[in-house]
Amino acid sequence: METIPTEHGLILAGILFVLGLIGVLTRRNIVFVLMSLEIMLNASGLAFIVAAARWGHAEGQIMFLMILTLAAAEVAVGLGLIIQMYRKFQTVDISVLSEMKG
Amino acid sequence: MQEFIWLLPTLPLLSFLSLAITGGSLSKRAVAALGAGSIGVAFLVAAFIAVEFLNSEEEVFVYQAWVWMSVGSFSPGFTFYLDGLSLVMILIITGVGFLIHLYSTGFMFDDPSYSRFFSYMNLFVAAMLMLVLADNLVLLYLGWEGVGLCSYLLIGFWYENPANGYAARKAFVVTRVGDTSMAIGLFLLFRELGTLNIQDLMTAAQSEWQIGTGMAVACSLLLLGGAVGKSAQLPLQAWLPDAMAGPTPISALIHAATMVTAGVYLIARTHILFELAPSVQLLVACVGLATLLMAGFTAMTQHDIKRILAYSTISQIGYMFLGLGVGAWSASVFHLMTHAFFKALLFLAAGTVIYSLHHEHDIFKMGGKRKQLPIAFASFMVGSLALAAFPFTSGYFSKDEILVVAYAAGGSGVWLWAGGVFGAFLTGIYSFRLVFVVFFGASQGHHDEKEKTGFAMATPLFILMVLSLVGGWIQIPVESVFNHGQPHEEHHVSALIHGIMIAVPLFGIAVSYLFFVSGALSVEKLMSYKFSKTLHRFWFSGWAMDAFYKHLLISPFMWLSRVNRNDFFDTLYNSVITISRFANGLLVRTQTGYIGWYLISMAAGLIAVLAVGVYL
Repeated sequence: METIPTEHGLILAGILFVLGLIGVLTRRNIVFVLMSLEIMLNASGLAFIVAAARWGHAEGQIMFLMILTLAAAEVAVGLGLIIQMYRKFQTVDISVLSEMKG
Repeated sequence: MQEFIWLLPTLPLLSFLSLAITGGSLSKRAVAALGAGSIGVAFLVAAFIAVEFLNSEEEVFVYQAWVWMSVGSFSPGFTFYLDGLSLVMILIITGVGFLIHLYSTGFMFDDPSYSRFFSYMNLFVAAMLMLVLADNLVLLYLGWEGVGLCSYLLIGFWYENPANGYAARKAFVVTRVGDTSMAIGLFLLFRELGTLNIQDLMTAAQSEWQIGTGMAVACSLLLLGGAVGKSAQLPLQAWLPDAMAGPTPISALIHAATMVTAGVYLIARTHILFELAPSVQLLVACVGLATLLMAGFTAMTQHDIKRILAYSTISQIGYMFLGLGVGAWSASVFHLMTHAFFKALLFLAAGTVIYSLHHEHDIFKMGGKRKQLPIAFASFMVGSLALAAFPFTSGYFSKDEILVVAYAAGGSGVWLWAGGVFGAFLTGIYSFRLVFVVFFGASQGHHDEKEKTGFAMATPLFILMVLSLVGGWIQIPVESVFNHGQPHEEHHVSALIHGIMIAVPLFGIAVSYLFFVSGALSVEKLMSYKFSKTLHRFWFSGWAMDAFYKHLLISPFMWLSRVNRNDFFDTLYNSVITISRFANGLLVRTQTGYIGWYLISMAAGLIAVLAVGVYL
């Protein structure tokens, strides 16, 4: 069977991670920031899967399941915070929330 | 009874503690009972001890309460040493002290800080008793500093007036100079002789040092420095006239009868050391003579009733130093005692005058007060007669004894004698100038005030009057302390010398009479000469000693502190602060509050760490 080379999988994971990072850094809408964070999490999950396939171990896939659960919990908390934020400040723009400066 | 000697400092101390803890919540009656009563009981204890001590064969009684500290061979204790000298001192301190406390219960009755006053007074008596009963110099130093502290607290008793606080600080700082010298003397004695127990020290000094050894000279000089500071002798006399800012009973107790004579006590206590250094002993006499003359001249020009008495105190302590310097140890202690009587009397009488005339201090605003203030007049008469050494009053006997020994000493003693006699002439003038100006002539103001003396204020005056008159017949049991088993030397001088010593003070009184009562001589006429005006100004300022110190010490110090306002050494430590402030400012800028910025710096940091990891 033709297998996908490990490098390709890792490069894809890297591209996804950087895309997610750029999203987190540049987006001002907090919903998009949260989505970009999800992309970063999934990129790292992909890297685990690729590594697991390369070494033929199951730990990578177990790790991905954990990341999946973690992402679900994180989204639940994150969305809850976003709703609170919107109620309080009537905005989803994170650049407005800069009161904690020194 | 003698083993109850520990009660002496303890009673006033307990009274001080209870007054200090209750902090003015007791009634005035209770405060008076506690404050004056504790001293009264202490006097009774002292009197019982005295009777038993004089009836016993022993010349010395030592009682160790406990060991204070023990370091190697050095273990000073709370040990009380009773001999003739300390017996005389404890009787003066508790006796005269009790009379002054009794007087204060009336004098201070209207003062809101009644309880604070008595607590300080009791602490003072406790410290003073500790000083004279100490058998080692460390305990003596504890008492020495204790009385200095109380003196400071009581001079500044009316602290609302900044001038009083200034006077208190001046007294504290000036005596500190002497105390430092004394502390160094103690260190030196301990290093050289290995003990600070006074009796062991004297024995060791006698056996190890020749007469005139450098070390004996150094140690006695340093101790003399302490004595000069405490007893307000030249050149450290500047604090005592200002110390009159305190309440008048304080001036009587601390700045006339007891504390200022602590220097005389110290030298008498360590007299063997001074005998080993004859040059220092001569210096003691010269200091005494210079001080008594300088203070005598100054007292003649003062207007403030208390300042006149202050300078007269300085002058009389000068006599004691003169006596110590010529080896008239017991005569000096005798003069210390009679001086305590008549000077306490004079100060308390001055207090009555001031109290009755609504805090008037200027003697030229009084005049003709002898009908208005009869008790004060009688007290001043008796006190001034004793002060001027009128024949057969107490001051006559003690001053006569000192001067006779000085004359009999021969050599420079004759000059010391002549100076002392001239000082007696000045004493006659200034003491009766005070009496004549205040009590004779026409009234210069305060015409209607009545004398305000209750029972509590009049009784001490009467007792002290009697003591000032007959105190000269008291025999003080100090021969065994000073003679070391040798028979007492009788000093015989010719009748002419005695005649001169009797006549000179009378002559002084007569001069004063001519100036201030009969008007045969006039002060105005004397003052019309430019020379006498200048001299008057010079004497009035206390021989310009304050100005001298101002130019010698205060001005250079102020100049230095002005130049060094931004303290050079502080810049080092301040730079640490400046650098941290600057770095802090930089770091604060990074905390912008924008999440994006934090994430960017996090990512940048991560990349940097990875790069380091990859390339190194």
